[in-house]
Amino acid sequence: MNRGARLIGDTRTVTRRNLWHFVRQPDLLLFSTIQPVMFVLLFVFVFGGAIETSLPPGVEYVDYLLPGILVQSVAFRASQTAVGLAEDLQRGVMDRFRSMPMTRSAVLTGRTFADLVRNTVILALMIAVGYVVGFSFQNGPVEAAGAIGLILAFGYALSWVFAAIAFVAKGAEAAQSAGFVAIFPLVFASSVFVPVDTMPSWLQGFAENNPVSVTADAARSLSIGGEIGTAAVESIAWSAGIAVVVGAVAVWQYQRI
Amino acid sequence: MDGVVVRFGSTTALDRFDLEMEPGRILGLLGPNGSGKTTAVKVLSTLQRHDEGRARVFGFDVVNDDDEVRSRIALAGQYAAVDEILTGRQNLAMFGELFGMKRSDAADRATELLERFDLRDAQDRQVKTYSGGMRRRLDLASALLTDPPLLFLDEPTTGLDLRSRYTIWDVIGDLAENGATVLLTTQYLEEADALADRIAVMDHGRVIATGTPAELKQQSGGLGIRLALVPSGDDEADHSRVCDAVERAELGGVQAGRSVGTWTIDVDEAPLEAVSRLARVLADDGVEVRALDLRGPDLDDVFLRLTGSGHETRDR
Repeated sequence: MNRGARLIGDTRTVTRRNLWHFVRQPDLLLFSTIQPVMFVLLFVFVFGGAIETSLPPGVEYVDYLLPGILVQSVAFRASQTAVGLAEDLQRGVMDRFRSMPMTRSAVLTGRTFADLVRNTVILALMIAVGYVVGFSFQNGPVEAAGAIGLILAFGYALSWVFAAIAFVAKGAEAAQSAGFVAIFPLVFASSVFVPVDTMPSWLQGFAENNPVSVTADAARSLSIGGEIGTAAVESIAWSAGIAVVVGAVAVWQYQRI
Repeated sequence: MDGVVVRFGSTTALDRFDLEMEPGRILGLLGPNGSGKTTAVKVLSTLQRHDEGRARVFGFDVVNDDDEVRSRIALAGQYAAVDEILTGRQNLAMFGELFGMKRSDAADRATELLERFDLRDAQDRQVKTYSGGMRRRLDLASALLTDPPLLFLDEPTTGLDLRSRYTIWDVIGDLAENGATVLLTTQYLEEADALADRIAVMDHGRVIATGTPAELKQQSGGLGIRLALVPSGDDEADHSRVCDAVERAELGGVQAGRSVGTWTIDVDEAPLEAVSRLARVLADDGVEVRALDLRGPDLDDVFLRLTGSGHETRDR
């Protein structure tokens, strides 16, 4: 078998193993689905009234929020890639993986793919909850699929960032804390929850150009209309750039442990 | 392995380590905790980079040709490298696929191994519910999925109860009969004696002796007296009491044994005479003796003689 076919086969095997881990740990599964749903409900009902006044006329907060909060959700959950990998690195099973004639990077691709599958399921759940509280995609199904695709791609790229962090941080808890320090400012200083023009001017430059905003803006335009502009292209460029560069770093780190 | 050095910070785990293996044989790597056995296995199985020297497996360099090495080896050991959350069967199927087997072949092989390792009843339970012995058997089964030409067994029975230990011994014995090449590390002399064709004794990161079990026993000389006292609580006093008695019985070569309150005493000639002289002196002194017997050398003697360590290195 050639290398490419081996990589795909091994990735599938490792992905399946990681998905089993989610399924066989019901408490983990429960919390990782409750938390995003809770966020949707809290933001819509607690902050919605206050924030709606800053939105362009005729835009409902739930329509503004949902594409953004989907980006927030994949960004926060990306740290789970680091946690899962850091836990694996401390487990004996990693020694077996590393001593086997498998494709070495499959340990990483299998981890990030499993997290991608999980993100897909959780996004579907959040969108369903969004529909219950009044959200709807206002463009066609193609645009809706495009929005979801951009968000999943961004989450996948961030998974690679956290895969790389897992090798630097010592242990799962350290990886998780490191993740929050990196992700919080990106998510809150962005257009995820509030329009950027409500922020002080010194922050607007950062908030407008940070990849979280870029992806949220692109997903929002695709979902509820508005100018698409270059946001979609920029978002794809960010995701691809991050995945390629950081992915290479992570594979390199894995090979030299 | 040729002059291999591995350092962890300021400690040297392998110190110009040399080792050669013969195909189709079991080599026992014997040494106390911390002597570098596991590090040697990790270097050979491409898990640990070495700082100096060369290590090759079937002629392939473990650093430059690591893929070639990995396709010819398998590893099992004390840290049972299996997935806790998957079931026993899922573990074997997963590792089989990662060894490059077709999914159906991996499943068939898993069935066969679960049967052989007496895990059939537990095959659909998560591994975290397994006992230590079951995990170790599953770990060994995972290593045997592909009949690897070279197998590393790193302390496969450490910490196991006797029954599990003998099950694993049986499997290793079968492997040997089928011509497998095995590197077995152990801190049990009895285990190396029972299983290995050749033994390399390790201490402080180096091989300090090699030979067949018989050769090593021969090196440690003839008969000896083994003496065990009822401990008085004062180890120093017991030791000087024994030394004094041995001297008065006109004997020499006292060595403290591996466990507290035991000694071995060399006997050059007339062994029965020597035992009775020592017994008489000990009786006169009123020393409480737990055991006094005469025996041929075993690997414990070899080990003590080579490492020169008595009570102070007891680590278990």
